Amino acid sequence: MTTTIAYGPARILPGDKIQISTNPDTEPFWLAAKERRLTVCQCGNCGQLRLPPTAYCPNCSSKERKWPTLPGTGEVFSFAICNRHPATGEPFVYVPVVVQLDEGGGTRLVGNLTGCNAEDVKIGMKVEVEWTEISDDWVLPNFRVAQG
Amino acid sequence: MAWVHQDKCAIVGVGATDYYVRGKSWPRTINDMAGEAILKACEDAGISVKDVDGFAYYGGASAGYVDKFDSGSLMETLGMSQVSFTASLTSGGGGVAGSMGLATAGLMNEDCRYAVTVMAVQQVPSARLGTIFASMKPDPENSFLQPSGLIGPGHLMSVLARRHMHLYGTTEDALAEIVMASRQHALNRPKAIRRTPLTKEDYLNSVMLADPLRRLDFCLETDGAVAIITTTSDRAKDCRQKPAYVHACAHGASRAWGRAFGWMGMPDPEFSSSGHQFVADRVWAQSGLRAADMDVALIYDHFSSMVLAQLEDYGFCERGEGNDYVLSGKLRYNPETGRGVNGGIPVNPHGGQLSEAYIIGMTHILEAVEQIRGTAINQVRDCEFALVTGGPAPIPVSSLILRSAS
Repeated sequence: MTTTIAYGPARILPGDKIQISTNPDTEPFWLAAKERRLTVCQCGNCGQLRLPPTAYCPNCSSKERKWPTLPGTGEVFSFAICNRHPATGEPFVYVPVVVQLDEGGGTRLVGNLTGCNAEDVKIGMKVEVEWTEISDDWVLPNFRVAQG
Repeated sequence: MAWVHQDKCAIVGVGATDYYVRGKSWPRTINDMAGEAILKACEDAGISVKDVDGFAYYGGASAGYVDKFDSGSLMETLGMSQVSFTASLTSGGGGVAGSMGLATAGLMNEDCRYAVTVMAVQQVPSARLGTIFASMKPDPENSFLQPSGLIGPGHLMSVLARRHMHLYGTTEDALAEIVMASRQHALNRPKAIRRTPLTKEDYLNSVMLADPLRRLDFCLETDGAVAIITTTSDRAKDCRQKPAYVHACAHGASRAWGRAFGWMGMPDPEFSSSGHQFVADRVWAQSGLRAADMDVALIYDHFSSMVLAQLEDYGFCERGEGNDYVLSGKLRYNPETGRGVNGGIPVNPHGGQLSEAYIIGMTHILEAVEQIRGTAINQVRDCEFALVTGGPAPIPVSSLILRSAS
């Protein structure tokens, strides 16, 4: 048996309190996100994709990198349901999802999912990117339940 | 092939402070508590603290998640005359069992004669482990995880537990049984923080903190210190207590586990595992033993779901069958027979971190030593082999088998 709780709508955490930091290896991902373009790090030598972006390809050790544009869709691999705002502790229902990206070669992103009630989120659910403006003019990829 | 250092070193002394509810150890300092644990461990071993010349830490020599040990400071505080080994495993509580291997390395290399491993935890409001990530500005790697609001270890673990439930049909009933068995074992333990009976209804009424995990699936937040003294088996003969031999010990992990829930990139089946397959394979190979040969298992229980995942990684049951194994009552200790229930091997007869106290895994080594000596409160009859595991966490995780003198 596993209990189902009626949480209600899954919300995206407000961006104004969210910070990120970048380094030269990860910055191209975030610069693309500013343009609402979802990319992952691709090895310029063997073509393997990876996230988070790192200095070397773990497959062939090349430092050559490309930043292909992905369709921005994917599938829920797993998730948690949280009911307190992480900064304030106030009641706030959000669903951190691990998303396996379409055409991402097995890469995953972790974000919030919206567009349904939290209790209705399922592993395998199709999702699409929902861009959220955060601190310092960065833009964060979150997710919305795919239409249709 | 048997490990070259099998039974060459032994735990000869253990010491612990009282256990306190989070923050209640103040105004004691970290070195006050660590010192008490070390002095008690030396007394237990029958040596002087001035004989201790090695430090074998884990968790990057952290004391909790904010403070850090400094060997020089401990040396000055306790009056050790010289220190010739001071080293640590990296990362966090995953390395606790492996610290006995690090001590073995120092002893076998003749760097030191008596090594101490110590952990002290003090969770004052600014240093709560449960929300540790929320107080950190994300680094470039964590910036791919932390903005999702996965701010505590429990949040991260719940994502893995969800996948396990999806793949194998694992239920909250099994998590409840893990917590209830832990509580049952803690009832007769004077130092345990939680020692009132727990019903299934109590469990189900526990608040959901990170669905599918409830507050009671999370380990305690406690303060205190534990210290362990190791030495060579030759020197152990002159110590006060019956030695607990370091029979096998391993740390590390495969890349499929790697940064684990700090990255969330693991393939199946590693994603919903405990990441212990690699070290489990190593200690079984080092010893020629398997799960069924253990007399007691001290399984790192920072979260109930990770107990279940470790039982699978170590082969107490097949992968995906943890739910049924747990529900058959096989974690429980039967005080009437002094053995397990329904053919099982007792898990955490000290109540573990879910019910007794959380000192980042050290209470598990402490209990394993008492079981091997035959002095445990819930003593397993004829206890020859005790398994101890480190916390499922980014690399390293670790594993230890202690053996009693034959």
